[in-house]
Amino acid sequence: MWKLLQLRREQGRQAIADLRTARPEGFRGLPVIATTPCAEGCQACVDVCPTAAITAPPAQLDLGRCTLCGACAPACPSGKIAFTTQTAMAASERTALVVSEGPARIPDVDIGAALRARFGRSLKLRQVSAGGCNGCELELNALANVNFDIGRHGIEWVASPRHADALVVSGPITKTMADAVQLAWDAMAAPRFVIAVGACAISGGLYDGAPGVDRGFFDRQPPLIYVPGCPPHPLTIARALLMALGR
Amino acid sequence: MTSLVVHAVALDDLPVLEPRAWRNWVKGELLQGGRPVMLWGRRGEAGVEVSIALQRADRGLDVLRTTVDPAHGYFALTEVAPALHACERELHETLGVRLTGHPWLKPLRFHGQTQADMAAYPYYRVDGKCVHEVAVGPIHAGVIEPGSFRFQCSGELVHHLEIQLGYQHRGVEALLAARDPRRSIPLVETIAGDASVAHAWATCAALERLAGVEVTPAVELTRAILLELERAAMHLAGLAGMATDVGFVPAASTYGRLRTTAINTTMRLCGSRFGRGALRPGGVVVTPDAKAVAAAVELLTAHGATADACFFGARVVQHRLQGVGALTTAQAQQIGLVGLAARACGVEIDQRQGAGGAYAARPIAVHTEPSGDCWARARVRSRELAASLAWLAAAAGALGEAGPLPAPTPIGALAPSQLVIALAESWRGEVVHALETDAAGRVVRHKVQDPSLRNWLGLALGLRDNEISDFPICNKSYDLSYCGNDL
Repeated sequence: MWKLLQLRREQGRQAIADLRTARPEGFRGLPVIATTPCAEGCQACVDVCPTAAITAPPAQLDLGRCTLCGACAPACPSGKIAFTTQTAMAASERTALVVSEGPARIPDVDIGAALRARFGRSLKLRQVSAGGCNGCELELNALANVNFDIGRHGIEWVASPRHADALVVSGPITKTMADAVQLAWDAMAAPRFVIAVGACAISGGLYDGAPGVDRGFFDRQPPLIYVPGCPPHPLTIARALLMALGR
Repeated sequence: MTSLVVHAVALDDLPVLEPRAWRNWVKGELLQGGRPVMLWGRRGEAGVEVSIALQRADRGLDVLRTTVDPAHGYFALTEVAPALHACERELHETLGVRLTGHPWLKPLRFHGQTQADMAAYPYYRVDGKCVHEVAVGPIHAGVIEPGSFRFQCSGELVHHLEIQLGYQHRGVEALLAARDPRRSIPLVETIAGDASVAHAWATCAALERLAGVEVTPAVELTRAILLELERAAMHLAGLAGMATDVGFVPAASTYGRLRTTAINTTMRLCGSRFGRGALRPGGVVVTPDAKAVAAAVELLTAHGATADACFFGARVVQHRLQGVGALTTAQAQQIGLVGLAARACGVEIDQRQGAGGAYAARPIAVHTEPSGDCWARARVRSRELAASLAWLAAAAGALGEAGPLPAPTPIGALAPSQLVIALAESWRGEVVHALETDAAGRVVRHKVQDPSLRNWLGLALGLRDNEISDFPICNKSYDLSYCGNDL
């Protein structure tokens, strides 16, 4: 009994007060690209990127492909690329994930007035992992722990797609999960929408073009929220959900 | 002595026997106590080259190869070494090698054209009065990876559980074969994303051996710190999951919160909560912060001890975990369990035992439990967590003295016609990476084995004669990777 009380005292209050503005120390997050001109014919950042997320010149980085591995920053001889601790990276428009040269732009998350009105106070999520490496899955689970405590905002994981408002997909979608993902979606009642979490889900990421992958589901059901990262930080996911709900 | 077990052999010196002699040699090695580590194949000019690696008591590896005509095949080794059942199923599935006498030659993960046949998996069935089947998956109730489980039950009692995997098969080995091995680490980090550091380290160690590069002691130490932080974080995640599954909320909340501290420490060092981007061939990309590590370790040690006292001291927890999902030591050895699952059955396998490099000055204690049940697996995790924290507390001081770490030096050309096998002890157990180069120094095969491949059968066997309602806690106690198995 005393031990339990000691445990409770040590636990204290762990919840992060504002999930939208917290900045995790040391996090390699939103990259910024300086307007300094690229060296003539230089493709150093393009060559070093494991997911072909970068094109240059002018240098552009697609967060939908980026794994935030950080390899491009030291590779650039002109020092154009830097990673900030900014976690706000999610977007509703796939094209808004492309980072261009110039000051950092925080993309918008907007699922539309009708869905916002419907789910603004309560959002139930069904997650399906389809080739995810357990990185995204652990970070999605972390949303419900005492640190991020997304439940206080009326956002919860549910076991049945019947109870879900949105389908959260992680992983590139393997051929062997393609039917299961579609079945889960078909089982959900309208209104409903898709959230793609992680570089694999958004673009195939490291598994773009892999022999075991079938991304047809996303062609049929384009996501309303794209959450970049490999895996995304829970704060990136939390902020995307809160913004989507108009908080 | 390196921190990992790394075995290199020139292909010219690698004995290639004819299949019958090879099989007899393997049988002889097994009788002398050799432990099967991995069996794998590669399509060669004269047929399929089948290699086996066995570990001796002194941690050294013995590797022997044979070349078989796939249509003719050979008499399955699974008959004498059930531990090899999954490896031989893979050999049969991916390279079409005929395996006479294999008792369970079912698809392992479905592959290529056969992916369309997944729904027709030939489940073992128990017939009889009141026997019923329960099908679970591939999508599960929680936020976890997919896999199918088929239970044969009488009421609550499970007679048999069969686990069908393959839903996570992306084609990792095909991608590794197509990429420049020196740039393959980001992909390797996602083989089993919760063991990124272990997989990345094994690959880096193999590539460095091939390139003739020796990294500095500071690099080895930093890698080991990241590996032990990964172990601490995932053991905390596992204990949080088990506490949740038995409904013991105070410990679940605390273990979960402490995991956040552990992975945030990893993020302080390398920018990623999973250690992604930290290990690269030739070095590490890390900003050393000994103070952050020391402070985190102090908190984890103190608060972890309170959580342990509450969790393991609670009668409700003891009742829910003891005697559930048990395997004997003999069963564990027979089916070749590795890592924490093996140690929880009293089998002392830990690749860090007697390791040099970063572990030489501060040997890490190996913990075993005799009972082989969910309780034993939880206890092993808790004791290993404490051992890793004690190790980290000492290592943090050395990290502070090591000074700033230079950027990794890109490694040069790889030695031609070599086979290098590297084993790293991830929090689950040994990860095995075998890289083979051709005469031009190109990597022609990068074989990967996650400990999950070896341990899934343990979960299935342990559930026999248990209640189906105890399945979630048994599953969590093993905490196996689906994607690591499916590749």
